[in-house]
Amino acid sequence: MSGPSTYEPKTGFEKWLDTRLPIIRLAYDSFVDFPTPKNLNYWYTFGAILAICLVVQIVTGVVLAMHYVPSTSMSFDSVEHIMRDVDYGWLVRYIHSNGASMFFLAVYIHMFRGLYYGSYKAPREVLWILGVVIYLLMMATAFLGYVLPWGQMSYHGASVITSLIGAIPLVGDTVKTFLQGAPAIGDATLNRFFSLHYLLPFMIAGVVILHIWALHVPGNGNPTGVSVRRDDPKKEKADTVPFHPYYTVKDGFAILVFMLIFAFFVFYAPNVLGHADNYIEANPLQTPAHIVPEWYLLPFYAILRAVTFDIGPIAAKLGGVIAMFGAIAVLFVVPWLDTSKVRSMRYRPLAKQFFILFVAAGIGLGFCGANNPDDLVFKFRDDKLAVTYIDEAGESGRQMFDEFEEAKAFQEAQPEDAGSTMEVSKSGFKWLWLTQILSVYYFAYFLVILPLLGLIEKPKPRPASIADSVLGHGSNPAPVGAAAAPQRDDA
Amino acid sequence: MRLTKLLTAAIAAIGLVGSAHAAGGVKHPHGPDDGWSFEGPLGTFDQGQLQRGYKVYREVCAACHGMELLSYRNLGQVGGPFYDENYPNPNDNPVVKQIASEFSVRTIDEETGDELDENNVPLTRPAITSDAFASPYANDAAARAVNGGALPPDLSVINKARHGGASYIYSLLTGYPSDEKMEKDYAELSVTPGQYYNPYFSGDTSGNWSGDPRYAPYGGFLAMAPPLLEGQVDYDDGTEATVSQMAQDVAIFLAWAGEPKQTVRKQLGLSTMIYLLILTVLVYFSYRRIWRNVEH
Repeated sequence: MSGPSTYEPKTGFEKWLDTRLPIIRLAYDSFVDFPTPKNLNYWYTFGAILAICLVVQIVTGVVLAMHYVPSTSMSFDSVEHIMRDVDYGWLVRYIHSNGASMFFLAVYIHMFRGLYYGSYKAPREVLWILGVVIYLLMMATAFLGYVLPWGQMSYHGASVITSLIGAIPLVGDTVKTFLQGAPAIGDATLNRFFSLHYLLPFMIAGVVILHIWALHVPGNGNPTGVSVRRDDPKKEKADTVPFHPYYTVKDGFAILVFMLIFAFFVFYAPNVLGHADNYIEANPLQTPAHIVPEWYLLPFYAILRAVTFDIGPIAAKLGGVIAMFGAIAVLFVVPWLDTSKVRSMRYRPLAKQFFILFVAAGIGLGFCGANNPDDLVFKFRDDKLAVTYIDEAGESGRQMFDEFEEAKAFQEAQPEDAGSTMEVSKSGFKWLWLTQILSVYYFAYFLVILPLLGLIEKPKPRPASIADSVLGHGSNPAPVGAAAAPQRDDA
Repeated sequence: MRLTKLLTAAIAAIGLVGSAHAAGGVKHPHGPDDGWSFEGPLGTFDQGQLQRGYKVYREVCAACHGMELLSYRNLGQVGGPFYDENYPNPNDNPVVKQIASEFSVRTIDEETGDELDENNVPLTRPAITSDAFASPYANDAAARAVNGGALPPDLSVINKARHGGASYIYSLLTGYPSDEKMEKDYAELSVTPGQYYNPYFSGDTSGNWSGDPRYAPYGGFLAMAPPLLEGQVDYDDGTEATVSQMAQDVAIFLAWAGEPKQTVRKQLGLSTMIYLLILTVLVYFSYRRIWRNVEH
């Protein structure tokens, strides 16, 4: 797709097909002879890993759908039927459920890689946007899929998320009823969730094709951010290697390492990434003590809960929903928020620091999502006892004690109509506050830091070309005598 | 490289977030001193212990708790308590057949379709190997009616449905404080009649605690009385039926029942890992060879 096709049909059949449907030519030009920068590191293998993840999820999912029953009375048992009575059903199900976690692990690394190396910058904005669309579809698919086993977390998670939709003004209730298929979550909900859970992966596959197409028009980016020199075939050759066998074997190695980790979870720790409550059949009348989503959605769950105050006319609940969707929506405009003329943060000393903080904030938000917002990250002081009472003048009073005996004696000394009560007084740093700080950083990174840094930061010198960079081995600036680096990477 | 460190941190974070769920107001469950035989990558079940565990379930737990997801045939499948290599099809296994026949299940008159006999008593027949374990109650409402409103949970997947799995079951069964201990350590805890305190049961004791509220004990109250008494089960293999022994055996049985294919899973896992490891090494050397002349 980039540059003229070098495919030469050899057999009679290939020649015949090539003049009718040049599909072999397309595959050859895309995955065999495709010129790929020779300096891609292992962070660039996650695209191929993700393609494998999608195929694994679709294949195992199709098999699971042959045995699964979407019905509130039978879903839970049908999943256990798969685990117990279907030949290798346990294997297929564990691959599918852990596959979702692996898929997200890979997609997060892939996205962080894109943010670090400026993969979203011109001319790859559409490529990035398609990636965000895939990510959004993945989250929807994962959420829908988590509801299907009809465990406690399935049901109550679905109830939290659909009630969020209800927070949208005017149309919220209608949309919520439409999603649930009924005024409450039940058989109708489960059936449409199953249907959509089967549909969305094929939409993902469609967008993945567009994503690869959009990748193959400008070609791969690379860790230096310096573009392949396309103007001269000789220079292009110095900067690139053909995709096959160079990257098929490198991606293949990375895929196998990834599969080792994947297999470890499937065979030896198949339930650690899940939640024990989801092995209890859904019971609408009994809400679990802590409703938490799967780990990969925790950062967004934290942002949702970070808004605990009304903002003008916007109620806190709606504010949270806006913040949560905003956290994903902001990714769509990253190409235009980053004003830097340099792609790779390898040459952006300041941006690199803020990026590391951003990754830490993302992981931190995950912890925040897993913890109760009112629990304490750490204590300011030892817990005290507070006795509240109503004094003779009818004013309410409150006295703090370190010792239980003193508090008890004080409480007993109060007249009976004082209505005194004793409670534990804790003082410490709440998870909620950490969530709010990290959420602010999350948005500030995109909306303030990225736009400002591009204007004030002085980038380090970049190599003139990929060929120069590999000769100087990456860490060094442009070797002496090399041509000066271009003014803008994304020109 | 910095990014490598970040990835390591991210993986560690996932592990921690997973374990963060386990934190709460309950005492951390523990297994028996010498651990569980089925844990670890090569863990297996001891068949004799599974048989003892089944006996504890049948004679003690089954009075209140059903296991609807299990059928009698499961007892004779590969890895099960009564597996016999002479009977690859568990439905032919005479021990399993015998066990099934000791239970009766509802049936109908094949000619008239009646569910009741002439005295309006439900018609029953002896269970066969393909029948699901007989439930102690007709339905949840009936179960609540005779248990003071509490519903004894089905035990089919109990080890997967509780943090700590088999260790939780073992800890809960052996963790009821003795009367002396209740008087000594939990004197300030008022236990509602019909309820029992257990430090491993999830709940909240603060409402029943008249001592320093900062030190309200772990755990909660459940409607199940301490179910195991010394020597309650007469083990066929002569093992002494201590509370700890019975709790261990039944926890093992429930761990097996929660996922009967787990031994197969681990065995297949081992060969898969070895295969993947060899392939990974081979592909790595192919990679080195293919790239040997490319500066990158």
